[in-house]
Amino acid sequence: MSITITLIAQVLAFTILIWLVNKHLWGPLSAVLEARQKKIADGLAASEKGLQEQEQAEARAEEVINEAKVQAADIIAQAQARSAQVIEESKGKAAEEAERLIAGAKAEIDQEVNRAKDGLRKQVSDLAITAASKIVGKEIDMKVHKKALNDLVAQI
Amino acid sequence: MSATEHSDGGGGTVAYIQHHLTNLHTGEGFWTFNWDTIFVSILLGGVILKMAFMVKGNLETGTPGAFQNFVEMILEFVQTQVKDSFPGHNPLIAPLALTVFLWVWLMNFMDLIPVDLLPTLAAGLGIPYLKVVPTTDLNTALAMALVVFVLTVYYNLKVKGPMGYLKMFLFHPFGKAAVPANIVMTAIEELAKPLSLGLRLFGNMFAGELVFLLIALLTLGATIGASLLIWFPLQVVLDLAWLIFHILVITLQAFIFMVLTIVYLGMAHTEDH
Repeated sequence: MSITITLIAQVLAFTILIWLVNKHLWGPLSAVLEARQKKIADGLAASEKGLQEQEQAEARAEEVINEAKVQAADIIAQAQARSAQVIEESKGKAAEEAERLIAGAKAEIDQEVNRAKDGLRKQVSDLAITAASKIVGKEIDMKVHKKALNDLVAQI
Repeated sequence: MSATEHSDGGGGTVAYIQHHLTNLHTGEGFWTFNWDTIFVSILLGGVILKMAFMVKGNLETGTPGAFQNFVEMILEFVQTQVKDSFPGHNPLIAPLALTVFLWVWLMNFMDLIPVDLLPTLAAGLGIPYLKVVPTTDLNTALAMALVVFVLTVYYNLKVKGPMGYLKMFLFHPFGKAAVPANIVMTAIEELAKPLSLGLRLFGNMFAGELVFLLIALLTLGATIGASLLIWFPLQVVLDLAWLIFHILVITLQAFIFMVLTIVYLGMAHTEDH
């Protein structure tokens, strides 16, 4: 139970063991621990980044949707305006066409009436002359009574 | 086997204890080699290295296996202790602390092996003496304390500089008024650190070993009879109680040695204290 050369031997053993533990146990294992810590930190950072990116993407998507909505509303408004215009235009055209047709028909009717009037007038004058000649008993000289006949025709 | 050898009377008790406290040695005086101490401690160092190579063999960065997990747990425990009590950074401290903790714990653990088992087996192989717990040999405890002491002095000189270290002796703890007293006080303090570090471990383990021997003595040389009915159950109960308590003691002593190593080296690294 005294201090002997064993102490020196134990000092050597201890020193060598420290060296070996450092080289074969502490070194590799703490490197692995550090690597794992880094990996975890990286993973957390990446997930954080991913979340941020997702948020950004969501905001962007919302923006795009809003833009699309505005555009759609514009397009619908334009289309409505255009259709209203087209309806107005076709209404105007139809009215014009109708007036034109009515005017044409009226003109034709007038023409027909005039023509009938002329025909009747001629027939009446012919009838009058025939009746007058029968009354008078002789041929009325067209040349002599021309003036009286014309007056008669005009009166009818 | 030794039990039967020393089972004759009161002299047998002393001889039994003396036999258990004698190292397997060669040489005389200072040149005495305690071969059992050296062999067992190197064997346990080998156990640590075997563990190291087992872990190193298939290191997993992702999800470690059970064994790697266990070793990592010890490593992180030591790392936490270093972080808590060591200022600054020195790559030597953590492996040193880990070595101290593992080695001291394993050497202390030899105490939990039944006191007569290994010596009896050794006697069967023709080895006359075997003291299996290296930390009950003063040489082992003081050897480690000496290494820590040398490192303390080295880092004191390195961090504070020779003049700074000298100033610590001159002006600490009483200031400039009492230089001679300071030298004495600081010298005692610095020497008491490694000495108490080694002796604490040695004392605890030696005492623990002695208690195991005393418990073993309860039925030593008893003949089969009525008295054995009392002594044998008592021995079992006492042995179990001391064994369980000793699990705590060996861990605590390993832990204390490690923490004090860190603290002493930490004090060497601080400029003024």
